[in-house]
Amino acid sequence: MPSDAPPGRRARRLRLVVRYTLLTLGAVVVLGPLYLTVVNSLLPASALAQRPPPLFPVHPQWHDYAAAWSQGHLDVYLRNSAIQTGIIVAGQLVTSTLAAYAFAFLRFPLRRTLFVVFLATLMIPFEVTIVTNSTTVSDLGWYNTFAGLTVPFLATGFGTFLLRQAFLQIPRDLREAAALDGYGHLRFLVRVAVPLARPSLAALGVFSFLAAWNQYLWPLIVTGSGTNVRTVQIGLKLLEGTQLSHVDVVLAGTVIAVVPLLVLLVVFQKQLVRSLTGGAVK
Amino acid sequence: MAGVAFREATKRFGGAVALDRLDLEVGDGELLVLLGPSGCGKTTALRLVAGLEEPDDGAIEIGGRVVNHVEAKDRDVAMVFQSYALYPHLSVGRNIEFPLRQRGFDRDERRRRVADAASTLGLSELLDRKPRQLSGGQRQRVALARAIVREPQAFLMDEPLSNLDAALRTQTRADIVALQQQLGTTTLYVTHDQVEAMTMGDRIAVMDHGVLQQVDRPQALYDRPANTFVARFVGSPGMNLLPATLEQGAGGKWEAQVAGSALAVPETAATAAGGAGAALVLGVRPEHVGIGPHGTVDATVVIVELLGAEVHVACRLGDGTNVIVRQDAAAPRPAHGEAVRLAVAPASLHVFHASGARVESGAGVGHAPVPGEGATP
Amino acid sequence: MSRRRRVREAALGYLLVLPALCVFAVFVFYPFAQNFRLALFQAPPFPGLPSRYVGLHQVGQVLTSSSFLESLVATVLFVVMVVPAGLLIGLLLAVAAHRRLRGMAVYRVIFSSTVVTSVAVSALVFGTLMDPVVGLLPWLGLNPSPPILQNTTWALPAIAVMAVWQFLGLSFIVMSAGLSSIPEEVLEAARVDGASERTVFWRVTVPLLSPTIFFGTVVATIYAFQTFGQVDILIGPTNAAFEHVNLLVYNILNTIEIARTTGQAAVLSIVLFLLTLGVTLLQLRLVERRVHYAQ
Repeated sequence: MPSDAPPGRRARRLRLVVRYTLLTLGAVVVLGPLYLTVVNSLLPASALAQRPPPLFPVHPQWHDYAAAWSQGHLDVYLRNSAIQTGIIVAGQLVTSTLAAYAFAFLRFPLRRTLFVVFLATLMIPFEVTIVTNSTTVSDLGWYNTFAGLTVPFLATGFGTFLLRQAFLQIPRDLREAAALDGYGHLRFLVRVAVPLARPSLAALGVFSFLAAWNQYLWPLIVTGSGTNVRTVQIGLKLLEGTQLSHVDVVLAGTVIAVVPLLVLLVVFQKQLVRSLTGGAVK
Repeated sequence: MAGVAFREATKRFGGAVALDRLDLEVGDGELLVLLGPSGCGKTTALRLVAGLEEPDDGAIEIGGRVVNHVEAKDRDVAMVFQSYALYPHLSVGRNIEFPLRQRGFDRDERRRRVADAASTLGLSELLDRKPRQLSGGQRQRVALARAIVREPQAFLMDEPLSNLDAALRTQTRADIVALQQQLGTTTLYVTHDQVEAMTMGDRIAVMDHGVLQQVDRPQALYDRPANTFVARFVGSPGMNLLPATLEQGAGGKWEAQVAGSALAVPETAATAAGGAGAALVLGVRPEHVGIGPHGTVDATVVIVELLGAEVHVACRLGDGTNVIVRQDAAAPRPAHGEAVRLAVAPASLHVFHASGARVESGAGVGHAPVPGEGATP
Repeated sequence: MSRRRRVREAALGYLLVLPALCVFAVFVFYPFAQNFRLALFQAPPFPGLPSRYVGLHQVGQVLTSSSFLESLVATVLFVVMVVPAGLLIGLLLAVAAHRRLRGMAVYRVIFSSTVVTSVAVSALVFGTLMDPVVGLLPWLGLNPSPPILQNTTWALPAIAVMAVWQFLGLSFIVMSAGLSSIPEEVLEAARVDGASERTVFWRVTVPLLSPTIFFGTVVATIYAFQTFGQVDILIGPTNAAFEHVNLLVYNILNTIEIARTTGQAAVLSIVLFLLTLGVTLLQLRLVERRVHYAQ
């Protein structure tokens, strides 16, 4: 920086430097733990205790990944997670769309009351319901089944609220025009309302995906004893339990579990932000 | 195609009466304009025909059939909305095709009809665009195309021009009339714009507060308004209305006292209005008022508005009533603040009861020349 | 509208609402209400025998038990550690990234990234970093004995660090959204009026951000209330430090799964619900007052 630069400009440049330093520091704090995990997962076990810790895997080792994949059964668990998440996302999108359409476009007695009932579900954390839900699922014989894993989550008050807001944005004229053109409610829903609410549906989809994929409590309760439907999160816990001597394998498993979601974040950041802040921040 | 009729149709929203025993027939192939200020019930009337609302009392008929309980989709009428109600996610072609998909037309037939409708409205080049890529006028034409593509029994149009700019509106007005005449489809057209009504309608039905005020051909409506509301609402500027008291002056001549001045009133109208002492409202079109030394009513010029071809002179009478005078731009103009005398020929006077209803005297109002020098071309 | 059409429309409405309503009835409202019944019954000493009605006796018993008090203390401490740190760091990152500068999109993705991590991922990532052998803590000069995750003093803060990290992404996203909802003209007006950047931040940005901060506080508190996975994975009931990290949800889970005393678990569930409800109502009150103030 030339010494004869005007003071205002120098101050501004200094501020810029400070800002980028702060940003980079933040990035290190946030991303550092994950980065070290990736590095460690690629190191040979012997290099793990090296100090200072290696910041780059010079000779990356991939066999830990193979071990996590096969011995840790992550292949099965990932598949299970995909099925579980798929069912929950699809279910939530469908039930929320239907209910939201009713709340936005149809007139029926108790509509307001029922909507309040839907919103009331937001006040009851899932954790509060596990005492009886575990009994219910056990009575239904749904332990270690995808039904037990997913059915309690096939509806969402939040999603219904989000989609209702989106449907309310659709001008009533469109509904009336479609009615004159011979379209009943269901056909209007499929042909007009759903296409127009696509951004909100995408937001809800990404949100549901994330929530379902990262579920821990319920899969822990429901898939306690069987591997056939165990999800990847519980798989990670077991990996930790059984592979204590192979930290690198555990870390490889962790990376396998989180990388798909990081990709998801980069691709769907807009939708995710939209759903996480939907209606809350005005 | 079919006529449309309202039979004592009444619609209430909560306690408010939106439409009060409307009796109205729209002839087969006719373009009837429903005219009135916002909230007058004209849109409600339209929605009753569309089937978007049902009458609380009375009946709606399409083609002689009572359709009160027929659902909108089964009425075979097409509507053009003020907002156009285009489906934003569908292309122009798909928008136009939309009504056909529910009605069992095969693909070739649908394609043929869409192409026809699009070419009629000059949209052939735009079929693949999305509504948001169109100008206001183009959107409006897509809405029209979507209405005509079905060849419905009747068109319902709800202020279809109100979102267009002035120049485009004039053009589109003529286009819609031409289209309607070409198709010969019964059309119910709602507007609050009396110019639109006058230029487009075969007949005009004027409404206020849910009540039908008058139905007639545009010129008849202008020449013989049934009451002061219609007199004021139709015409731009509207008719001047002057509160007056009827007196029989010297020699048995009837005069109306207006703001301390006297105006001659035809005898037939005077007797029909109730004779001496009756309270009246006198109406006179701005183009029938003259300014000149032979005038009989004292006034002060408040505003002089030049509109190009003509001039509107707003005058205030002694009692505070405003009178607008329409002059040719070439005529000598009074100055702002100038004291003038206004002249009105008895033959051009419209006489209303104090209640607002027209005094029916049998004497038609003609197009009498306005007295005064240079006041009319 | 005719009666028939009205009935048809209503029927369709109920039909569309029904699927979600069934799920809610069976898996939300029924188990929620069941808590209040179960709380009054004591589990039999041997499985298979009927439960015994004990009225409020059991409620008092649970609420005065050392296990519950441990949980309550641990949970409250945990909230106190996680909520302010999580929100403050999130706000800092959001403010730092709230400029149209080169590379900002990358920073934003990085700062939001932990929102996709799961409880298990955060546990394993930090469990390794905090490991006494392969971890970084000894190298950094932090090597408490017993090791941090078995240490009665340090285990809870260690779990809190994981929770804060995992919460940062959401905190950043919420704060960023709040910041972008502040109209730029207001800030510009303050600058034109001669306010320094610091004054603008504290006197304009923060007050205008207060609804977001309230909202964030509720989200963070509820999030902290519901945390337990890291404890389950890294510490577990046999650990020496267990009673200092026995967060409420974990206590509920163990009461169901290990002790199999549903009545006691129901009481704990009701406490958790009331805590959550309290925080939410507090938020509503605060926001309401602010709104009235604005009027």
